[in-house]
Amino acid sequence: MLAWTIYISFLGAFAMALLPKRGAAGPRIVALLAAIASCGLALTSFIQNRTGEMLTVTDVAWIPSLGIRYHLAADGISLTLGVLTGIVAVAGVLFSWNIDNRPREFFAFYLLLVGAVYGVFLANDLFLLFVFYEIAIIPKYFLIAIWGSTRREYGAMKLVLYSFVGSAMVLIGLIAAYVVSGAHTLSLSALAAHPFPQHFQMWAFPLVFVGFAVLAGMWPLHTWAPTGHVAAPTAASMLLAGVVMKLGAYGCLRVAMTLFPLGLAPWSHHVLGFASWREVFALIAVIGIIYGAVVALVQKDFKFVIGYSSVSHMGFILLGLMTLNQLGLSGAVLQMFSHGIIAGLLFAVVGRMVYARTHTRELSELGPMALNKALPFAAITFVIAGIASMGLPGFSGFVAELMILIGTWHAYPVFALCVGFGIIAGVAYVWRAMQKAFFSSNAATVPHHAHEPLPPISLPERLGAVLLIASSVIVGIFPQILLNVITPALNGPLLDGLRNGRWP
Amino acid sequence: MNIDYRLLALLARPEIILAVTALIVLALDLSILRKSSTGMRFAVASLLGSAGCLAAIFSLTAMTAQQSLLDGVLLTDPTIRFVQIAILALSIITLLLASQGTFTSNIGELVLLILLATAGMLFLVATQDLLIIFLSLETLSLSLYIMAAFHKPSARSAKASLQYFLFGGMSAAFLLFGFSLLYGLSNSTNLLQISASIHTPLNPMLIVAIVMTLIGLGFKVAAAPLHFWAPGVYQDAPTASAAFIASGSKVASFFVFFQVMCLGFAGAEGATGIAHFVSGWVPALALMALVSMVLGNLVAIVQTTLRRLIAWSAIAHAGYILLAIVAHTPRNLGPLLYYIVTYALGTLGIFTVLQAVEGDTGSDSLACYNGLSRRAPFLSACLSVFLLSLAGIPPLAGFFAKFYLFVSVIAAHPGSKSMLWLVIIAIAMSAVSLYYYLRVMKRMYVAEPDEDAQPLAPQMFLKVLAGLLAAAIVLLGCAPHLLLRWIPGAQ
Repeated sequence: MLAWTIYISFLGAFAMALLPKRGAAGPRIVALLAAIASCGLALTSFIQNRTGEMLTVTDVAWIPSLGIRYHLAADGISLTLGVLTGIVAVAGVLFSWNIDNRPREFFAFYLLLVGAVYGVFLANDLFLLFVFYEIAIIPKYFLIAIWGSTRREYGAMKLVLYSFVGSAMVLIGLIAAYVVSGAHTLSLSALAAHPFPQHFQMWAFPLVFVGFAVLAGMWPLHTWAPTGHVAAPTAASMLLAGVVMKLGAYGCLRVAMTLFPLGLAPWSHHVLGFASWREVFALIAVIGIIYGAVVALVQKDFKFVIGYSSVSHMGFILLGLMTLNQLGLSGAVLQMFSHGIIAGLLFAVVGRMVYARTHTRELSELGPMALNKALPFAAITFVIAGIASMGLPGFSGFVAELMILIGTWHAYPVFALCVGFGIIAGVAYVWRAMQKAFFSSNAATVPHHAHEPLPPISLPERLGAVLLIASSVIVGIFPQILLNVITPALNGPLLDGLRNGRWP
Repeated sequence: MNIDYRLLALLARPEIILAVTALIVLALDLSILRKSSTGMRFAVASLLGSAGCLAAIFSLTAMTAQQSLLDGVLLTDPTIRFVQIAILALSIITLLLASQGTFTSNIGELVLLILLATAGMLFLVATQDLLIIFLSLETLSLSLYIMAAFHKPSARSAKASLQYFLFGGMSAAFLLFGFSLLYGLSNSTNLLQISASIHTPLNPMLIVAIVMTLIGLGFKVAAAPLHFWAPGVYQDAPTASAAFIASGSKVASFFVFFQVMCLGFAGAEGATGIAHFVSGWVPALALMALVSMVLGNLVAIVQTTLRRLIAWSAIAHAGYILLAIVAHTPRNLGPLLYYIVTYALGTLGIFTVLQAVEGDTGSDSLACYNGLSRRAPFLSACLSVFLLSLAGIPPLAGFFAKFYLFVSVIAAHPGSKSMLWLVIIAIAMSAVSLYYYLRVMKRMYVAEPDEDAQPLAPQMFLKVLAGLLAAAIVLLGCAPHLLLRWIPGAQ
């Protein structure tokens, strides 16, 4: 049944071709129905699978000559991210209610992207996973290049080329793993159990890890993310930051670390003071956290602030993965969910509620508009989202980042201190953006602009915002809902290699 | 020497059918249909020609055994029959595509040439004898030279043909020289006996022969540095001719390239390692593959017309396919065939769409594709499928072809660093290729159409043809087994 999340999305995309050419209502409703249906399916499966173990959804032979199977399966991690995809997809449709330009194509590309993302999270055969991973690339390009704003064609092409280069690295690693194992299979569980030689893992692990981490916005390969997010239309930036970047992080955990756990083992000698790939990537993650936060602090464009904040928050996920302990890894998966929701919300406020009405994202120009009076709902939503993003208790971000921080403390105490600095910078940039955009002090001094009164926040936007806020709060208050399925998944047989390596 | 004429007639039956069909088409076109309209004549001629190809396909499917005439002068086995059927199918598509052309009134002659070229290709793949290889290669090439010039009023078409002919004639001379050296060395024209006479260290004369052969065959598949004819011919030849040169002829040439190298020069492979370099044909071919991949992809980026872009990307694809020959194990043949057949289908699809767009705008400049998705949504969708397949985006056939090819190349030499590096470069280069394919798609979907642009009204026939080809690409990508099961050794 869970497999239908993919099929419904794809069918919805193809159904767009059958709709009449005129009118935007049809495509919107079809897209919303498809998104809700697949979200519902993901949620149902999530509720049914209380153990978090890997359960096969579909498994049929696909290309027997290469031992490739059409194998979909879900464990706690996949389900968590599937639910995230469902929620963000529904919210994304709600926040794209104002798309009037070629709506059929917009929602077709949108649903294609959503379906591919579901596919990646559910695929248990590496070939299948890669297929879905690449299908996701092309719709992103068109969503941004056609419906985007600032330097959209540049941003779109940059994003696509970065993604494609990343996936090329992954492809090399997968082909090499297939050949080296000689097992005539690309099944994730079979290859995870295969003892690859250590010297092979030592180059295959960083190759595949970096390949996926490009999409996760790992510094210094993150530069596609801010430009891409800024250029993208609201729904696309929500999906990009919300779930597509999670594809990268998910791939790092599910493919790179699962297949090549020995790639994390210490080297025989130190290189530039590093003793293992684990330390290298942990340091890169910490740099990403601090770099993203500091750069976000000095942006003039509202959307760039959010774009760089994504880089910073994705750094937490990578750092959590590199702690290799239960707390850090669970925190990383929780952060994937949490950041997906919160980034979606932030982009929705900036892109849809503010930019679509004011047609500017310059913080200095937004200030005089007194948006807290003009768009109180947007201001309140942004305050809530900002608080969640800062990681205040009661929201999902708090639990996730706390777990990562504790995990880091166990693994790399010094890094934990650096991350603390990143968190403070995180508070500062949200505060600054909030103040400049919504609560500017010179708002009162400047008389009301010659602007027409801004259109009020519409019902779909309110629904979308409530949906996202509620998700973040529920997970923030009851993180056990997710952790109950994430923990068993992390303890499952897939990650045996990783656990036998160095887990305490 | 006794020739079993019954066997000869059996083995040459598809070619005989094609030749007879060609003559019937010519006779009909010049007699009864002489006064009819061009459309009518084209329809009859291409339908008859297609019927001939179909008949040849049926005569091939009726054959089962593995038979050989005079130690491989003419032979048949399942692999050869698969290639022959693929060539015939591609010829049918070319005939259908040609039937929509308006570039010539010599219709009977055009169909005759297509059928004769097809017959030449069928012979080319069904032999292990240098003499027959050369003769059938020339039959094919001479037909193609004339086809390239078939748009008589156009000086550019004549120029393309002349260019193709001059370079082709030169490379044929090289090939013939190489073959005669081989005959001198081994006292035989049979590929297997030639390889039996090869001893290491290689005779310098043999090295000369290898280089000559590589030049001759490399020209046919448009591998760098023997690619220079391709952009001109793709650009200026009539659409059907260019499509034929880019599809069917490539399939036959790559297959025979594999056969000559892996059967005829077995024992003279050499090794590519930098530390332990051994001279042979593998290092030379690896270099050709490398240069083709890099040059083709980089030059394709700066092209401004679709035909030239396809030509340069064809050079790049030739580089990928050559990797299968570089790996030179029997298990690489299946991936090579899958790749080249799906590539040929995609290329034919591109030329189909190109013909429809050229019919409307009269040009293949990339600017003509601005806003095409609004002017012809269906054709744009089809062209996107073809381009993305060439770029290697799943779930299209081109992706699986690349995956299968690269896996087989690495699996053939698991420990070889140089093979690994070649594949890494190939994958990196296909990331480059996405850039220029996407630029075409950007024009179709992102750019706005010109102010005065009207919706395109392509012929229904071209739409159907493009749709079928696109469906085939999607289907073969989602279920590669549909094609793989017919390729012996690819199971």
